[in-house]
Amino acid sequence: MSFWSRHQIFEKNSIVLIGGILTVIAIGGLVEITPMFYLKSTIEAVDGVRPYTPLELAGRNVYVREGCYLCHSQMVRPLRDEVERYGHYSLAAESMYDHPFQWGSKRTGPDLARVGAKYSDEWHVTHLTNPRAIVPQSIMPGYAFLSETEVDVSGMASHLRTSRAVGVPYSDDQIANSVADLKAQADPDNAGLDAFAKRYPKAVARNFDGKPGMPTEMDALVAYLQMLGTLVDFKLYNKKVNLR
Amino acid sequence: MNQSQSAKSMTHGEAGLAIVFAASAFLCLFATAKALDTAFAFHASLACAASLWAVFAIVNRYYDRPAALPLREINGRPNYNMGPVKFSAVMAMFWGIAGFAVGLLIASQLAWPALNFDLPWTSFGRLRPLHTSAVIFAFGGNVLIATSFYVVQKTCRVRLAGDLAPWFVVIGYNFFILIAGTGYLLGVTQSKEYAEPEWYADLWLTIVWVAYLLVFLMTIIKRKEPHIFVANWFYLAFIVTIAVLHLGNNPALPVSVWGSKSYIAWGGVQDAMFQWWYGHNAVGFFLTAGFLAIMYYFIPKRAERPVYSYRLSIIHFWAIIFLYIWAGPHHLHYTALPDWAQTLGMTFSIMLWMPSWGGMINGLMTLSGAWDKLRTDPVLRMLVVSVAFYGMATFEGPLMSIKVVNSLSHYTDWTVGHVHSGALGWVGFVSFGALYCLIPWLWDRKGLYSLKLVNWHFWIATIGIVLYISAMWVSGILQGLMWRAYTSLGFLEYSFIESVEAMHPFYAIRAAGGALFLIGALIMAYNLWMTVRVGEAEAQSPVALQPAE
Repeated sequence: MSFWSRHQIFEKNSIVLIGGILTVIAIGGLVEITPMFYLKSTIEAVDGVRPYTPLELAGRNVYVREGCYLCHSQMVRPLRDEVERYGHYSLAAESMYDHPFQWGSKRTGPDLARVGAKYSDEWHVTHLTNPRAIVPQSIMPGYAFLSETEVDVSGMASHLRTSRAVGVPYSDDQIANSVADLKAQADPDNAGLDAFAKRYPKAVARNFDGKPGMPTEMDALVAYLQMLGTLVDFKLYNKKVNLR
Repeated sequence: MNQSQSAKSMTHGEAGLAIVFAASAFLCLFATAKALDTAFAFHASLACAASLWAVFAIVNRYYDRPAALPLREINGRPNYNMGPVKFSAVMAMFWGIAGFAVGLLIASQLAWPALNFDLPWTSFGRLRPLHTSAVIFAFGGNVLIATSFYVVQKTCRVRLAGDLAPWFVVIGYNFFILIAGTGYLLGVTQSKEYAEPEWYADLWLTIVWVAYLLVFLMTIIKRKEPHIFVANWFYLAFIVTIAVLHLGNNPALPVSVWGSKSYIAWGGVQDAMFQWWYGHNAVGFFLTAGFLAIMYYFIPKRAERPVYSYRLSIIHFWAIIFLYIWAGPHHLHYTALPDWAQTLGMTFSIMLWMPSWGGMINGLMTLSGAWDKLRTDPVLRMLVVSVAFYGMATFEGPLMSIKVVNSLSHYTDWTVGHVHSGALGWVGFVSFGALYCLIPWLWDRKGLYSLKLVNWHFWIATIGIVLYISAMWVSGILQGLMWRAYTSLGFLEYSFIESVEAMHPFYAIRAAGGALFLIGALIMAYNLWMTVRVGEAEAQSPVALQPAE
């Protein structure tokens, strides 16, 4: 039997053909994906990285919902111009609590991995409301409607609980107080601020949209943007730790 | 016939499916009442209405049909089931035009941002997934389902398996598109590119896809030909692998079963790896393997020549499905993904060039001895040019996967241009060619209403593609160079916004290219409509169509 006629077993038997296809496509995926769950460089914990506060998580959900990731990456590559333009290159650990990840694939606008604390809250609110009011050449859509929508707090505990189920280490305390924490972070005069600060050390609490009343989606989105890339103190980070 | 009228009874399939849909209508009504967000309530009520319609349609069809189900063979010749094929072909044309129109809108938004209107449901971020899903999954998906159901019947010389099942597949798939598309406008997305639909749409697609696999596979199993034709290997690889990719990339935990939001099981690096394993193989198996199947049937058929090389098609098939699955990490060069995985992705991407061009050669050389037909048959020209675009895009892809090239090209419009040379040139043209062949065959017409209009479509769309991809090459490379430019004093030369400003003329040219492509598709829709409406009927020939190979 010639080499080519041996192939007939696949051509004459559909189940064998499907078995062949499944075997052949399984190899590459298994080799590339499985190690990601075990390698030190992909599962290392880095000091400072914490789960999102409820307000930040709500803001992140707005970011996802509006498709911000389609024009803004969150992944600084270790290239000279990127590090000088955006800051220290991104670490795997910085997105370890991101379900889903938001690394993006296109920079119609700039990278946002380290946009936190770069601009004032007021800058963000004005820019999100009408980007061309601050940057005349900008082609970003305006998001004025975020200021008019209050954050839906009713399911906040479920959001944290679901996140915990997929691997984000929220404590029972954090889940039980999620609504109080959400309100406290957007209100510097809130009585629950100390308790919030204890649950989320170093998290910034401000009236992000500058308006009184219940936290809006603008509050949430700006709170999220202002914490991006600020968790790791790179003066303390030992980048040689993963070298072998 | 009239005696059997009394013995008429519902098949198990009809009764079972009607009961399932009736139960589903109740469940969806309940879900509408319990819904936590308006989008979920809207989708649950849509599903309720669709379920009620399905029950009505099944019962109505039962009363209208003769007692006996359609015969599998009439006078020793297969009694082909072309209804679902016609439905999918029409839906493909409809979604194609919708998808191209949304593409034109979002291309224009990038040139003239006022077109976002600053409303939630008209902003770029929500319309972009609508565009990609409409062209890939709605247009491309319906083309694939229509052609696969046609090709598998003709090349196996047997009627499509199942009675209601093929209808369940085509209507169920289009219902998935409806849920996904309206979801994007309402902000329902899990933000994984090309896998944006939320958990309940994913579950529905899984059911539909399993039915699709079963119909396709059962038809092959019942075949009258000893060999499975090469196009069917590719269709089978496409169906099976898309199922694996869909399940791997989408496991998610809903916040509530009565709400649309979910959190994906994977996080960070692992999610990135899964996403681009999925994303690149959506290209490899949906947009490549599936459409290569179209190439392997429609080009030989239209050129009336056999496939160039049987051995090359064996090598092509196994090499392409083995190598493609590794290529995903080239979307993650220089990211926090481990270096070895990036290098592996790059290496396999470069190797992929060979089977890709092997397939291209197999398609092009099928025209040996029939090259003169390119002058007289614009449909064949469209098919052949699509393969040429395939060759170009599969050369550009490996080039862009090289890490040093990628450091410039990644995040820029070059990627967008590359995708569109494949999407408009390869997937678009091969689909157009297949539909131009298929519509006259399905409606028993002698030929198309007007070959002259096909010619116009071909040239207008080709000019559109050339404008599109050359604008994106220039803008992409310009962007990449501006981002890394340094002054003589060692400072970054350009602020980011200067690079945005520099893009404006190219974004305008790109939109013009997209407009031409849309105009071409409108001409096509008119031509196909007139073919069905006024085309000359094919004389009923007693001889069955010769199966290819």
